Amino acid sequence: MTLSLKLQHDFPGFRLDVALDLPPGLTCLFGKSGSGKTTIINAVAGLVRPDRSEIVLDGTPLHDLPPHRRRVGYVFQDARLFPHLTVAQNLAYGARVRRQPPRDLDRIVDLLGIAALLPRRPATLSGGERQRVAIGRALLSDPRLLLMDEPLASLDEARKAEILPHIEALRDRTGLPILYVSHSLAEVARLATTVAVIDAGRVAAVGAASDLLSDPATAPLLGLRDAGAIVTAQVRAQEPDGLTRLDTSAGPIWLPRLEAAIGQDLRVRIAAQDVLLALDRPAGLSALNILPAKVLAVHRGDGPGALVQLDIGGQRLLSRVTQRSARTLCLAPGLAVFAIVKSVSVAQRDVGDVPLTPQG
Amino acid sequence: MTDWLTPEELQALTLSLRVSLWATLASLPLGLLAAYALARWRFPGHSVLNALVHLPLILPPVVTGYLLLLTFGRQGWVGATLWDWFGFTFAFRWTGAALAAAVMAFPLMVRAIRLAIEAVDPKLEQAAATLGASRPVVFLTVTLPLILPGIIAGAILAFAKAMGEFGATITFVANIPGETQTLPTAIYSFLQVPGGDAAAMRLVVLSVAVALAALALSEWLSRRVAARIAGR
Repeated sequence: MTLSLKLQHDFPGFRLDVALDLPPGLTCLFGKSGSGKTTIINAVAGLVRPDRSEIVLDGTPLHDLPPHRRRVGYVFQDARLFPHLTVAQNLAYGARVRRQPPRDLDRIVDLLGIAALLPRRPATLSGGERQRVAIGRALLSDPRLLLMDEPLASLDEARKAEILPHIEALRDRTGLPILYVSHSLAEVARLATTVAVIDAGRVAAVGAASDLLSDPATAPLLGLRDAGAIVTAQVRAQEPDGLTRLDTSAGPIWLPRLEAAIGQDLRVRIAAQDVLLALDRPAGLSALNILPAKVLAVHRGDGPGALVQLDIGGQRLLSRVTQRSARTLCLAPGLAVFAIVKSVSVAQRDVGDVPLTPQG
Repeated sequence: MTDWLTPEELQALTLSLRVSLWATLASLPLGLLAAYALARWRFPGHSVLNALVHLPLILPPVVTGYLLLLTFGRQGWVGATLWDWFGFTFAFRWTGAALAAAVMAFPLMVRAIRLAIEAVDPKLEQAAATLGASRPVVFLTVTLPLILPGIIAGAILAFAKAMGEFGATITFVANIPGETQTLPTAIYSFLQVPGGDAAAMRLVVLSVAVALAALALSEWLSRRVAARIAGR
């Protein structure tokens, strides 16, 4: 699937003007509230009609079709389940209005773990359960594209953790292209294969998630404080003292116990501010994870900080240091350094499955 | 029942029920359309339609009845056409009583249904559209089930209003026993003759009983429907 978007719309005091060509996989539209992300997916769904729009999905133009003929599944931030129908009837709604038997009902009910909820009414469900039913309802409408508008925003951390694996499974097992709106960098880093940064109605940056998130030039767009690179690593051992050993392209790292099988590939987001730099391999240090690295770029911001992009055996890592340290260490492209990552600083929610969908 | 009521009383009661039932059922589709238009559509003439719907509520009933007579009477501009083309007339017939009752009850019905429509979140209808439902299907499968309690409330309210309608009815179709004499006009007739107080009182009791029965029915119905929608 490729999705090509060209949208222009003049709101009072706000102009939306975006052009995007998106590859298969899960694309995150990332940006602040009010940047126009939701307007973009509402336009794809046909719920808003921009002044000018061209929306082409796999060669099929969607922009002239009414919403109900676009075959675009939409998971709203607020679930929007039909209160007068049971969960089972909500799930079957898309098939019912198209007068077709529901396809893959059992598989999707399994995938989302909602079999026990089928006879219940939306009013009796928790927020997380509602959102899973909403995802199932959208999937069962036989969509060619899935839109998700901050589906986790209204949930607490525990409920988010309950749903994230289901979205990863969608991305990896259904092959359905997904357009995902979020303003949470943690979600973007965990889920996205492609990221488009939306700022004030325009596309500020777009690219493969692993490139974009580890590029010090785009990091300020994502929020310097939250900058961090995604590193792919393979689970090597579950060690008896509660740590999990992962092998990266630059050597082993140890993280607090992860529920993962030996040999499984994981995506780990390592925040730039959790990475220290040293010119020599440090000794007598409590940090376990010391990786040999090479400086690729140093990006000085407006404040006292600087972002350093590192190469660790072919992968990218970001480190956030002060400009003073950068000067003292004479950090410059090509310099060999050691990157130090504190094990306990990598949060469980920053570790996810590696997307199987091809990128690009 | 015939043992309790005189033939005249029974006649007034059944006529009242027939007039009110027809007035309610026949105006329901139009009331639903007007309520939907007022709640959801923005069009030139929106406030004119709104005023027109509410007019019978604020006009003196006798004025409404007289306007109906001018319009739908045998010489009225609509009434004459109906008579010439179809040989049908509202004037001095029970159908005219039903028309008067329907017009008088219309604002109450539209108001109740409109409130119910405005309470439906349009976001639910958007969600239905993304799932493949066209506008008419969205209305039938989402909007209509959700506003059903409002429709029932509006219909019962209209029925109650129709049962009690007096001024417009007596002005438009007079007070003919067996044809246009409903419970209220029958009570009025008894009160006009000396010694009619006892007979009028019997009809008053009958009116109260019918009103209470309608109220109980509406309570029961709306509780059932609300429970079904909320899923308890």
